[in-house]
Amino acid sequence: MNLQERRKERIDRGIKVRTEGIYAVSSWQEVTYLVLPRLVLIIGILLLPFLMPSLYWNKVITIVGIYVLLALGFDFLAHFVGLVSLGGAFFIGVGGYTAAILNKSLGLPLAVTIPMATLGGAMICTLLLLPALPLRGVYFAIVTLMYPLALSRIIEALNILGGTDGILGVASFPNRWVEQYLILLIVIFALFGLRRLVNEDIGLVFRGVKDNDQAVRASGLSITLYKAIGVFIASGLGSLGGAYLSHIYNWAGISQFALDFSVIPIAATVIGGGGTLVGPLLGCFILVPLSEFLRAFGTLRIVIYAVILMVFIMFRSEGIMVYAQRKYHQFERWVKV
Amino acid sequence: MSEEAILQVFNVCKAFGGVQALLDVSFSVQEGEVFGIIGPNGSGKTTLINCITGFIKMNSGKVLYKGKEISNRPPNQIANLGVTRTFQIMRPYYSLPAYKNLVIPLLSPRARRTGGWRGGGKLGDRETVSIDILEEIGFERDSFVPYKLASSLPTGYLKRLELARCLALRPDVILCDEVFSGLSMSEIASMVPLIEKLQMDGITLIMIEHRLRELFRVASRIMVLNFGQKLTEGIPEEVMQDERVKEAYLGSEKASDYI
Repeated sequence: MNLQERRKERIDRGIKVRTEGIYAVSSWQEVTYLVLPRLVLIIGILLLPFLMPSLYWNKVITIVGIYVLLALGFDFLAHFVGLVSLGGAFFIGVGGYTAAILNKSLGLPLAVTIPMATLGGAMICTLLLLPALPLRGVYFAIVTLMYPLALSRIIEALNILGGTDGILGVASFPNRWVEQYLILLIVIFALFGLRRLVNEDIGLVFRGVKDNDQAVRASGLSITLYKAIGVFIASGLGSLGGAYLSHIYNWAGISQFALDFSVIPIAATVIGGGGTLVGPLLGCFILVPLSEFLRAFGTLRIVIYAVILMVFIMFRSEGIMVYAQRKYHQFERWVKV
Repeated sequence: MSEEAILQVFNVCKAFGGVQALLDVSFSVQEGEVFGIIGPNGSGKTTLINCITGFIKMNSGKVLYKGKEISNRPPNQIANLGVTRTFQIMRPYYSLPAYKNLVIPLLSPRARRTGGWRGGGKLGDRETVSIDILEEIGFERDSFVPYKLASSLPTGYLKRLELARCLALRPDVILCDEVFSGLSMSEIASMVPLIEKLQMDGITLIMIEHRLRELFRVASRIMVLNFGQKLTEGIPEEVMQDERVKEAYLGSEKASDYI
């Protein structure tokens, strides 16, 4: 009836602080406005091992950390480089096997295998994806989805790298505190590092590739090179997660090529809000523990999980963080038209 | 005008399936010249620019730039040699502010090489340079316009942004694909001096244009394309007197009315 006569007006709050490049820190209110959300996030993450002290939930927190790395990589590739990647399982598998081989065959300690598997895995993934880089959208997604499927079948069929048994006896972390805090710190650094990167000059090129790749070519820059760098960063994060996974389970096997690693990061990005980088992190911290809670329902778990996801996508498709950022940064009021 | 030909194009052919878009097109452009390319819709003008700048691979033919062959090289390499182009349908980075748009070309190897300390120094320098370039091309430095998102800029500014992207590369040649199209009369009037200024700076311009009156003010020579073939080439007045041009391009007996 008189719905048309009212509309929601949105006014930016604290515009001085939010303007990129200008950091107005003239009052403690503005400093708080800026620092508080970040501080709450960091402290919240660091307190998690104390809030959930049982051994079972300790493992869950570590697994969440691994999914966060994948989700950050996915969000970065999809919303800042313009490549939709379903390669989470590929990155995890390559990283996991690399770390396991380095540890078992060469006897390298954990402190060496994880960084080496991160860089080596990123290199292997980037090289294998190099032919697919000119592709965009769903075509690139299909190629990245094909690799984990193909690699797990190759390992199974040729019975190499331990075959279906996998590689057993990979070294474990010295204690659970190191195991948890290392991944949580890596997650925090990855999050803030990526957020900074996308606003640096090179990050602008990534965003340019997403926005308008022909204009980037006309600007004298090779889009293949920048896409490769983007894939290298994302697959590095994924391989790091994979190496971590091998070391916490003391095992690398073909289940590391499972599609969960490709799909859950995407669901987390959708729930958390794509393009915010914080959103996927929150999404993982919601989705992965949720699926653990739902274990009580037995086989109905997946049904409930799917319903929750569906409701979310239908009624809050923009994602938590996009919604929260809008509420935080803007006043809203109804005005008569 | 110096005698040296900066860009020479020999017998470029390009077919899209059964459609012959370009057939044996040859021309050469002197350094510092403004060279116009005109022709009816679908005559292959944009395809010609795409072939020269490497965005489309040509079937046969040769492009020499400063005596060196550049045919069929990747577009980013050609841009790095100094042959830049604008797009007819503007291609800014819509999600970035106007001045951040220019940071991307300023990161190219050519801009870093020729830009000296201003192009590649500490953080923030590239942004200063891009504001300078934007001011040169008609963005008011003290207004909000350079800081606005490209998606909120009107066509006139987006066309300027296209030119600015070329200028950021410190080019020797700019191939302009219809920089006047879609602009109002007053916007065009303010663009013409910009083009003249670029010419005075020693930049060679190749302009595709439908706005003949403005083109003839700046261009010293004109080439006419029709159905992918070169009809004629010469100074504007001569070209417009040519019977074939009147017939093909203007479809009128009184071509001089349009000048």
